[in-house]
Amino acid sequence: MSSENKLLEIRDLAIQYVAENEVVRAVNHVNLTMNKGETLGLVGETGAGKTTIAKSIMRILPDPPAKVSAGEIYLEGKDVLKLSEKEMRRIRGKKVSMIFQDPMTALNPIYTVGEQIAEVVQLHEKVNKKKAAQQAMEMLEMVGIPAARYHDYPHQFSGGMKQRVIIAIALACNPELLLADEPTTALDVTIQAQVLDMINQLKKELGTSVILITHDLGIVAEVCDRVAVVYAGEIVEAGCCEDIFDHASHPYTEGLFNSIPDIDGDVERLNPIQGLPPNPSDLPQGCKFHPRCSYVLECCRTGHVPYQEISPGHFVRCHLQHKEGK
Amino acid sequence: MRGDMKSKGFKKESMLSTTFHRLRKNRMAVLGLIFIVAMGIIAISAPLIAPYGYEEQDLYNIFSKPSANHWFGTDSLGRDIFSRIIYGGRYSLQIGFGAVALACSIGVMMGSLAGFYGGKLDLILMRVLDVMQSIPGLLMSIAVSATLGSGIGNCIIALSVSTIPGYARMMRATMLNIRDMEYVEAARSVNAKDSRIIFRHMLPNALAPTIVQATMGIAQAILVAAMLSFIGLGVQPPTPEWGAMLSEGRNYIRDYPHLVLFPGLAIVLAVLSLNMLGDGLRDALDPRLKN
Amino acid sequence: MIRYIVKRILLMIPVILGVTWLIFTIMYFTPGDPARMLLGSDATEEEIVAKQEALGLNDGYVVRFVSYVKQVFVDFDLGNSYVNNRNVGTEIAQRFPYTFRVAAISVVIAVLLGMPLGIMAAVNQYTWKDNFSMLLALMGISMPGFWVGLLLSLLFALTLGWLPASGVGGIAYYILPCLSIGVNGCASIARQTRSGMLEVIRQDYVVTARAKGQVERKVIYGHALRNALIPIITQIGTMFGIQLSGAMVAETIFSIPGIGTYMVSGIKSRDYPVVQGSVLYVAIAFSLIMLLVDLVYAFVDPRIRAQYQKKSKRKGGA
Repeated sequence: MSSENKLLEIRDLAIQYVAENEVVRAVNHVNLTMNKGETLGLVGETGAGKTTIAKSIMRILPDPPAKVSAGEIYLEGKDVLKLSEKEMRRIRGKKVSMIFQDPMTALNPIYTVGEQIAEVVQLHEKVNKKKAAQQAMEMLEMVGIPAARYHDYPHQFSGGMKQRVIIAIALACNPELLLADEPTTALDVTIQAQVLDMINQLKKELGTSVILITHDLGIVAEVCDRVAVVYAGEIVEAGCCEDIFDHASHPYTEGLFNSIPDIDGDVERLNPIQGLPPNPSDLPQGCKFHPRCSYVLECCRTGHVPYQEISPGHFVRCHLQHKEGK
Repeated sequence: MRGDMKSKGFKKESMLSTTFHRLRKNRMAVLGLIFIVAMGIIAISAPLIAPYGYEEQDLYNIFSKPSANHWFGTDSLGRDIFSRIIYGGRYSLQIGFGAVALACSIGVMMGSLAGFYGGKLDLILMRVLDVMQSIPGLLMSIAVSATLGSGIGNCIIALSVSTIPGYARMMRATMLNIRDMEYVEAARSVNAKDSRIIFRHMLPNALAPTIVQATMGIAQAILVAAMLSFIGLGVQPPTPEWGAMLSEGRNYIRDYPHLVLFPGLAIVLAVLSLNMLGDGLRDALDPRLKN
Repeated sequence: MIRYIVKRILLMIPVILGVTWLIFTIMYFTPGDPARMLLGSDATEEEIVAKQEALGLNDGYVVRFVSYVKQVFVDFDLGNSYVNNRNVGTEIAQRFPYTFRVAAISVVIAVLLGMPLGIMAAVNQYTWKDNFSMLLALMGISMPGFWVGLLLSLLFALTLGWLPASGVGGIAYYILPCLSIGVNGCASIARQTRSGMLEVIRQDYVVTARAKGQVERKVIYGHALRNALIPIITQIGTMFGIQLSGAMVAETIFSIPGIGTYMVSGIKSRDYPVVQGSVLYVAIAFSLIMLLVDLVYAFVDPRIRAQYQKKSKRKGGA
């Protein structure tokens, strides 16, 4: 990976939520790199920490109670966590933008959709109101909404169309990195396909790099170049699609694939991963997955599990692999 | 779901214990609860605690300032203010709880019927509530109190009339929300009677906001009762209701402010503790916690 | 838009009739005989009966109600006081401005002080600013307005002599009464603004606004507050009703010749027309204020506004 091509590098990121007397370790020792033009899928169960990681790149975590307790996030070489709020505001919406999970609540009900798109244009580009409105209308057309609907309010749109407006807002200033947080989860399956197609198309047209957060492996297979699997706030495995889908190395990843029902086979029982995800305020010692792992070894119960490369570009956080691989 | 699991294990906590647990952590609410319970106990055991009777006059000792003999001083007839305030608690608390109990029962009934059955009944009841709410609450209490005359019972009625619509509307809103939910359909599908559905399934859900409203309602009732007594309605002297005491002491305020200070403080203490408790209850019962 | 206004005004009519009926009924059952009170204890039975006839007290309920309604709404006459035979309507019209002024000023004070306090508390949740201001607000809603009035009067008028203790005149005369009922209103608005803002601040669209790179000030005021304001507007209307009643009580402390003192003396002397007229007047004024509030509400919330403008937009726009 040449450094001119590197867009994002996250090093040893740790994020905590401090509430009353409890400390929730939402994100631990996360390392991630992304190249320009790539689409990275961030996969994991609800609450694994994927959204927290994404929001920390833009520094829009609720503070309090969230705190970045360690680590660095390098965006095109600059550590985002050390920037001033003013510098950060220039990045938000322009260099990095985000699509949120629930389209029904992500738009402000008292402003027209056009105004909300124009707002982000006016914030980052030196144009007057009229020009901004024009650009907003162009964005509407780009996401497949007639420009005349500029003056309509969010409640006049369906869920799928609202999501398209949100995509329009996110892409209006041609960002380098798009964070898409489960953009299709709240939508019907048919609309899902449309929205995904649109993201795909736009990313090709505009050359945007995308981090796609999802719990749906099917979407990952369709859209992503690389994948990172998140469990209990850590990245347990990362690699290109082929690495993950064909050579899954972490027991959790393996469990995820096994739990997908086989449509061709004659299945009597489903194969869930045994046990339940850990309580983030009381995480297990050693490997966070060890209580549920069918291959658990003594060394997994305590100590730090190193994150190591087992083949070019393919990283795993598991003692088993390191013992066998190396 | 994962976050709710206690690290001690998979313990199923009932709503009641969760609420108590959260409430206990809120220091202000606990303080409020302690104060109001203490006031209640003091009021009930007034004859045992009060150093003097509330009617005991000592004409050689009128208007005396607070001293060792009379902690809060004496009033225009030499009556011990401290004792009068203790006895006065009885009236304020009686009226407060009574007014809320009455308004709540009537309001909850109206609201449940309107929300559950809907249609014409709902329409009529809502119009009635609209009319009742068109007259500002305090004014309504004054008007009803003027009609009924002074006295504890009349005061309770006057206070409850203006607050009935509040409980009714809240109950109705909850009913409308829940009525269309699936577990009601499920109950119907196994042939449960209407009354059973209302009592077992719907009322428990409306319990939480009603409790909060009732607690704040008692606080409000105590305030309004004092006001009514102050302007000559409600409860009248020589009954040592706090508002009535303020009305009596008002003429001497320049020279003997202690006549006005202590009854007022008593009102503030009672109302404040109820408000603190109410706030705490609302936070504790709110499913969306502060975090 | 006009349709909405007309609809709301039309809806008000049955409500006002209902209010008139309610007040009339309440007064009807008031014990005590005005005729007896007017003529004193020396009067003979015949004189009393004659007076009762003259006042129309012996007619049936329905007859009296109908004639009252006709009198109020057709002739615009609220009747004459039993005590001094002066026209209730004229008297109230003279007195209402005082009450209204006290109420209005205290609402303005409450909003101007309470709202910023509530916003600051919400934005700084969990810090000392939040805890302290909410503690103040809690105390504010726990103090009886008339007691605050008495204490303020004691301090500023009787002891320090800075402000007048009674009567009306210039601005100085309004300061103490408005403050005494304003404290309660201010505290109440601060609390409601805070909870309204807290709800809105957690919403996704506020995060969206930040994610666009918007300045924090515009996020709070432009995005969050404008949404939180909508329910607060209705609450301000209700508060006006509370302040009107509160003003009436404050009048008795500060000897302000408003509706409050008029009504209280009317109650004492069983002067039905005075009491009825006062309550009716205030109730109608309150209904009109609520109507105004509803209109403002419809204006501010585009979801409601759009409903009534859609038709014209469709013809004009594309």
